[in-house]
Amino acid sequence: MKLKKLIVASSIIASSLVTQLSIAADTIKVGVLHSLSGTMAISETTLKDTVLMMIEEQNKKGGVLGKQLEAVVVDPASNWPLFAEKTRELLAKDKVDVIFGCWTSVSRKSALPVLEELNGLLFYPVQYEGEESSKNVFYTGAAPNQQAIPAVDYLMDDIGATRWVLAGTDYVYPRTTNKILEAYLLAKGVKAEDIMINYTPFGHSDWQGIVSDIKKFGSQGKKTAVVSTINGDANIPFYKELGNQGISAEDIPVVAFSVGEEELSGFDTKPLVGHLAAWNYFQSVESDSNDAFIAQWKKYIGDEKRVTNDPMEATYIGFEMWVKAVEKAGSTDVDAVEQAMIGVAVPNLTGGTAVMNANHHLSKPVLIGEIQEDGQFEVVWETPDTVIGDAWSDYLPSSKNLISDWTAPVSCGNFDVKTAKCSGQNF
Amino acid sequence: MHRIYLLLLLIFISGQSAALQPDSDTQSNSQLSGLLNQLPKTKLRKMAPLIEKISQTKQPQTRAILQFMLDGELYYLRANKQVVHAQSTENNLYELTDVLTQESLTPVKKSRLSKVKTNNRLRSTLRNILAKIDLTDDDKQIRLQAVQQLLSSPSKQSAAIITELIDDETDQDVRALMATTLALQQLKSGSSDEKLIALEQLSGSLEPTVKNEIVSLLENLPNKDLTAEQQILKSQLTNALDEIDNRASFYSAIETVFFGLSLGSVLLLAAIGLAITFGVMGVINMAHGEMIMLGAYTTYVIQLAFPSMIEYSLLIAVPAAFLVSGFVGILIERGVIRFLKGRPLETLLATFGISLVLQQLVRTIFSPLNRQVVSPEWMSGSWQINPIFSLTYNRLYIILFSIFVFVSLLMILKKTSLGLHVRAVSQNRDMARALSIKSDWVDAITFGLGSGIAGVAGVVLSQLTNVGPNLGQAYIIDSFLVVVFGGVGNLWGTLVAAMSLGLTNKFLEPLTGSVLANIIVLVGLVLFIQKRPKGLFPQKGRSAD
Repeated sequence: MKLKKLIVASSIIASSLVTQLSIAADTIKVGVLHSLSGTMAISETTLKDTVLMMIEEQNKKGGVLGKQLEAVVVDPASNWPLFAEKTRELLAKDKVDVIFGCWTSVSRKSALPVLEELNGLLFYPVQYEGEESSKNVFYTGAAPNQQAIPAVDYLMDDIGATRWVLAGTDYVYPRTTNKILEAYLLAKGVKAEDIMINYTPFGHSDWQGIVSDIKKFGSQGKKTAVVSTINGDANIPFYKELGNQGISAEDIPVVAFSVGEEELSGFDTKPLVGHLAAWNYFQSVESDSNDAFIAQWKKYIGDEKRVTNDPMEATYIGFEMWVKAVEKAGSTDVDAVEQAMIGVAVPNLTGGTAVMNANHHLSKPVLIGEIQEDGQFEVVWETPDTVIGDAWSDYLPSSKNLISDWTAPVSCGNFDVKTAKCSGQNF
Repeated sequence: MHRIYLLLLLIFISGQSAALQPDSDTQSNSQLSGLLNQLPKTKLRKMAPLIEKISQTKQPQTRAILQFMLDGELYYLRANKQVVHAQSTENNLYELTDVLTQESLTPVKKSRLSKVKTNNRLRSTLRNILAKIDLTDDDKQIRLQAVQQLLSSPSKQSAAIITELIDDETDQDVRALMATTLALQQLKSGSSDEKLIALEQLSGSLEPTVKNEIVSLLENLPNKDLTAEQQILKSQLTNALDEIDNRASFYSAIETVFFGLSLGSVLLLAAIGLAITFGVMGVINMAHGEMIMLGAYTTYVIQLAFPSMIEYSLLIAVPAAFLVSGFVGILIERGVIRFLKGRPLETLLATFGISLVLQQLVRTIFSPLNRQVVSPEWMSGSWQINPIFSLTYNRLYIILFSIFVFVSLLMILKKTSLGLHVRAVSQNRDMARALSIKSDWVDAITFGLGSGIAGVAGVVLSQLTNVGPNLGQAYIIDSFLVVVFGGVGNLWGTLVAAMSLGLTNKFLEPLTGSVLANIIVLVGLVLFIQKRPKGLFPQKGRSAD
């Protein structure tokens, strides 16, 4: 009797194991590593939905390599160390073939060692400070030379700014970006006394003193512009204070790198009108692929009022590229896909083509938009061509000799062109 | 017969000359329409000269067209590139008027239109052009603004126009400002003597452009081998600059005090409710921040419910938020806190739990995204006292409002029987009960009062910061800091603590940056509490512990 039970039990276990294995063989698993709770949930939930929408779409087309895609969604809860744990869970336990995820640089840095240890593959869709190129990560957001530097060029050449305020929230992205911008401005002949740098804590809401300083700094007869890496929530009180103290976008224009359609959708945009933002995509750009994408998104999410934004486009491009690379490589093996990715080209949503370069960064167009009353942007300037993302900034002394090239014979993320050596460190 | 010929000839000639006038008009009209046709295809960088040309056509429509362009209401039809003025209407359509003929066209959808693009630089060019046109406007206010605009970006051209107009100007203010503009131009490009006279005229002016001009003149003077003339000019310039700098630093000190007071009054509003619940009742209410948040959301709901009354929304929101938060406060007190009396640790945990529940509730009802609370017109802008010193209206009202709240609360506690009961219960509960005061009832009302005030603070904060589920969390720590620093159970202590924290913060900020300023204030407070655990104004008496 006991034996019989044992046999039944073991056969049940065995059969369930087999079915699990067979499921695993039938689908390709796609990990989604975006915070669904905590402070970053506001931004990251959208990207999770974007990935799920893309997977659904791809499955309708018959999947990849004849297999259906299966999403594995985890929630790292805006908790940076948890990103490492969840990455390990996705790679070791769920055995996903690719991960789409992360928003803040801290979360990426946290997941990075695990990705490299277990040889995973991450698509990172947000603009970031650069100074990194990992074999296991594809950066589909903008590097500083695809957002910050062109924005400064625009202010300098088209608006005629000669005096600069670099204002940011106190963490790694603004600090590194401002370091690059400061070096760039000094190289362009701007005097040190014409640059004012200011950092504020996360969620800062009392801007009176700082705005008054900016006003004084800006009323010295030279055209002044503010380059803002102020993050998320703190932006609205900042713009409101600018408006209240009578500083218009014509007097002192503010160009922001973290304010997009999604961030503006909850705001009273009156005080922001005329200020600028630099991105690689705006919802208002007119192209057939963009119209189709917006329609698809609104239908998927079931809300006519939802907007699209730049990190969504980056997710879209990353996903399309991964599908192409897997088909090119004929397998989902990380090393094969990684090599197949380089040189892959897919149409972007602004009517051009995105190409993955050997340094794991994209070629992107850079757009400058003015904020409109309806929370959308109107493009006032764009680069004539796409710009190749530069992993290592040429304006920082520590990284100006470094390049990243993941094709043979270099195959290195931080190759020093002077000494012809790869430092060997992976990030 | 001859006469008739003569008459005919006369008629013919007069007809000709009459026709001549409209003819030149149509000519520049067609010139304008030709220029307008170029608008759709001109690139932004080449737009400035085109606008200049348009402004020189001096047609009756010219000013309106430029104004439309400035306001972003100038569009062209994609199909035939006709330049039109478009305004969106309710049903997603755009109402069109031809800018030249002023005739209305059939409304179209947005996708059939393209905007005539402008950017910031172009808009300030437009403003300058419009200002030059406005100098001859009938309205004195418009003229004043026009001169102000020209003063902020002085040029020879505008100086020339003003020179022509200044003698005919009747209004005193406008005339004075025009004189300043002209003097500035003299200072810029006049001879040494003219410069000195101009400097005399400009002394006491705090316009930033004046100071900039003085600085650049000083920089342009050679360092050595000055002629006697230059020597005089230099010393005069230096004197003028010193005077301006002195006054500027005086005003900037006042400004910092104002910023400090305004930050202090925000802290006061956020903390004063807590001063009652925590200070008077001794309840550590971690959900205090969420009472603030509820107040802010009440403002949002009221603006949503009465979209036509944005201007008055805050006046309605203040009592409404007081009632909503007060009601929730009473619910919490009756439902949870009264069962935990005398167990501070458990009260802390329970109210912390409540705060999470309330946050999640708001997330579920209103979405986790920030909600949009509009500032009424009277809350935006600033009171310009002189060119370098202005006070923002929203901060000014908040300071006044917080004083009002403070005084009324003080009156309630000091002058009403409710206040008497509250003080009695907080000083000695058993004795108060023995004197037939319903201590339970007083507890509930006190808690409701404290929470209601927090709700009112929420209305104020909705004007300063983002309305979202996390709004309360940002202020709970500050509120506790203020109450503990001021001395538990003492409203005056809360006032002094809030104002001194605000002022310290604002005076440190320019020196250290706001991150370090926060840290220094926090460390200072910790040290202070070490030295004086009961805060600035400790409560005296037997029941104080």
